[in-house]
Amino acid sequence: MNDQKKIDRTRRNLLLATSVVGGAASVGAAVPFAASMWPSERARAAGAPVDVDLSRVGPGELAVIEWRGKPVWVLHRTQDMLDSLKAAEPKLTDPLSKASEQPPYATNEYRSLKPEIMVMEGVCTHLGCSPQMKSVEAKAEMGADWPGGFYCPCHGSKFDYAGRVFRGAPAPTNLRVPPYTFVAQAGLVIGEDKETKGA
Amino acid sequence: MVLRLWNWIDARMPSLKQEWLKHAAAYYAPKNFNFWYFFGSLALLVLVIQIVSGIFLTMNYKPDANLAFGSVDYIMRDVPGGWIIRYIHSTGASAFFIVVYLHMFRAMLYGSHKAPRELVWIFGMLIYLTLMGEAFFGYLLPWGQMSYWGAQVIVNLFGTVPFIGPDLALWVRGDYVVSDATLNRFFALHVIAFPLVLLGLVVVHLLALHDVGSNNPDGLDIKKHHDASGRPLDGIPFHPYYTVKDLMGAVAFLGIFCFVMFFIPEVGGYFLEYNNFIPADPLKTPQHIAPVWYFTPYYSVLRAVPPLFHSQFPGVLAMGAAVLLFFFLPWLDRCPVRSIRYRGRYYKSALAVFVVAFLVLGYLGTESTTVWGQFGFDAFFLDTKDRATWLARLCTLAYFLFFILMPWYTARDEVKPVPERVTH
Repeated sequence: MNDQKKIDRTRRNLLLATSVVGGAASVGAAVPFAASMWPSERARAAGAPVDVDLSRVGPGELAVIEWRGKPVWVLHRTQDMLDSLKAAEPKLTDPLSKASEQPPYATNEYRSLKPEIMVMEGVCTHLGCSPQMKSVEAKAEMGADWPGGFYCPCHGSKFDYAGRVFRGAPAPTNLRVPPYTFVAQAGLVIGEDKETKGA
Repeated sequence: MVLRLWNWIDARMPSLKQEWLKHAAAYYAPKNFNFWYFFGSLALLVLVIQIVSGIFLTMNYKPDANLAFGSVDYIMRDVPGGWIIRYIHSTGASAFFIVVYLHMFRAMLYGSHKAPRELVWIFGMLIYLTLMGEAFFGYLLPWGQMSYWGAQVIVNLFGTVPFIGPDLALWVRGDYVVSDATLNRFFALHVIAFPLVLLGLVVVHLLALHDVGSNNPDGLDIKKHHDASGRPLDGIPFHPYYTVKDLMGAVAFLGIFCFVMFFIPEVGGYFLEYNNFIPADPLKTPQHIAPVWYFTPYYSVLRAVPPLFHSQFPGVLAMGAAVLLFFFLPWLDRCPVRSIRYRGRYYKSALAVFVVAFLVLGYLGTESTTVWGQFGFDAFFLDTKDRATWLARLCTLAYFLFFILMPWYTARDEVKPVPERVTH
């Protein structure tokens, strides 16, 4: 027992050291709990490429394919749709897709390997909703100058037929293009391209 | 017999009687409490309702992406009394927010957040934040379309944080998309983690309140005038006076609650959104997506802020700030008097504008941004021509100015003389 008013430095230091070590141990104990919230090995493994048969997607048609749990759009663009891209250009936030995510082979005006086939993640770059295709006929709802494209119902972002975002939308960048490649005559593989193949 | 048992307990655990006296029978509350003072005890009542109904729902609910939607259907159709328990819980969720919003408004009316009750206010705000989390986690559990896409949007809010955002969103979801892993963890947080935090916060909220004493519609300090034994002249013991009064409030409240629960449990899509009766589909976002009404004011703020530097983060920051600014109210408010009864016209008008802005933002958040069409003209500053977006921006501005200008206008407000004793 220490009855003196004076602080016993040795005891105080031991007390402090014990508290610091104990505190560090408690923080360390939180690591496995926090780590358990990362995606499990099973979730990580479920990301394989998907095959699409393009002969079943006619001109003007949109196919929605699930890849890594996300909707991926395959749109067979008509000549009218391709022409609408030029007209939309002055109204876009990022017409040249400089700030947007796409593989190098899709960094062009059509944002695709072949102009007529659009492959795009159907996930809004704003907060992850899935936009809907609105044709050029939807002028009543979308405004008189609507050239056709996609509309996000959550927060009203608008995109053209190349997934490029219109100015004034909450979405900051164009829609993402996933890696993809064409195989044989009418085959499309989403999630794999010449660069990543065999990797 | 009962008395002997009581004496036996008291001899062994005197703190039981002391606590009862301290928090009820000898807790002196101002005698001029009015209608606005019902909502504190009602919030406690709703908490109990939610915990009890929640416990019984977990007995039949399955936190599994393949089974969740079906198990809710099963509760509604096959479990005896299941439908009533679920409607109690869903009505209770909205009732909780109604009561809490009115409780907070009461504080802003009578200056209950001002010194020395800052801690009471801060604990209350923490309860509000926890409640928002609790409601958000719970909303994913039915695994309907709105559950799924609502969670998708909110989790992606974390994704907009610079640098760590995408990893943070991944960590919260536990998968690359909202999935079974997300549902399972939200279930854990909803049924145990957050309710525990909520209960703890309610205890400290009440302890802090009972240390400094309750405020009143006059904003007076009732301890100033007391009798020889130290009892405040303007105070009455909480029990039996206010237990009885609050019981009456509870009866009226439960009457309305039951009416909603039995006759209009969906309240036109506001308490239970119609899209949530469709099972979650990760490939198809519903036509119109909006959070439940109690989040819509903040959701409107989020939508109103345009993206800056190719990032949505400013909107998320504004939304966060809209909630967090409430914490600073005790220090932003420089007015020497508490109650609105003795404040001048600056604060009265500012509060009125704030309430209107909050309600308009709340309404706009339930609608799509194109609800009121578009402006017919072109101008350089019009990045969007949606009328609703511009109104939301105006209200967002008013919302923030209410807080930001508060130190200025409350300090300059003309105040009326405050009476010595409470009035009725």
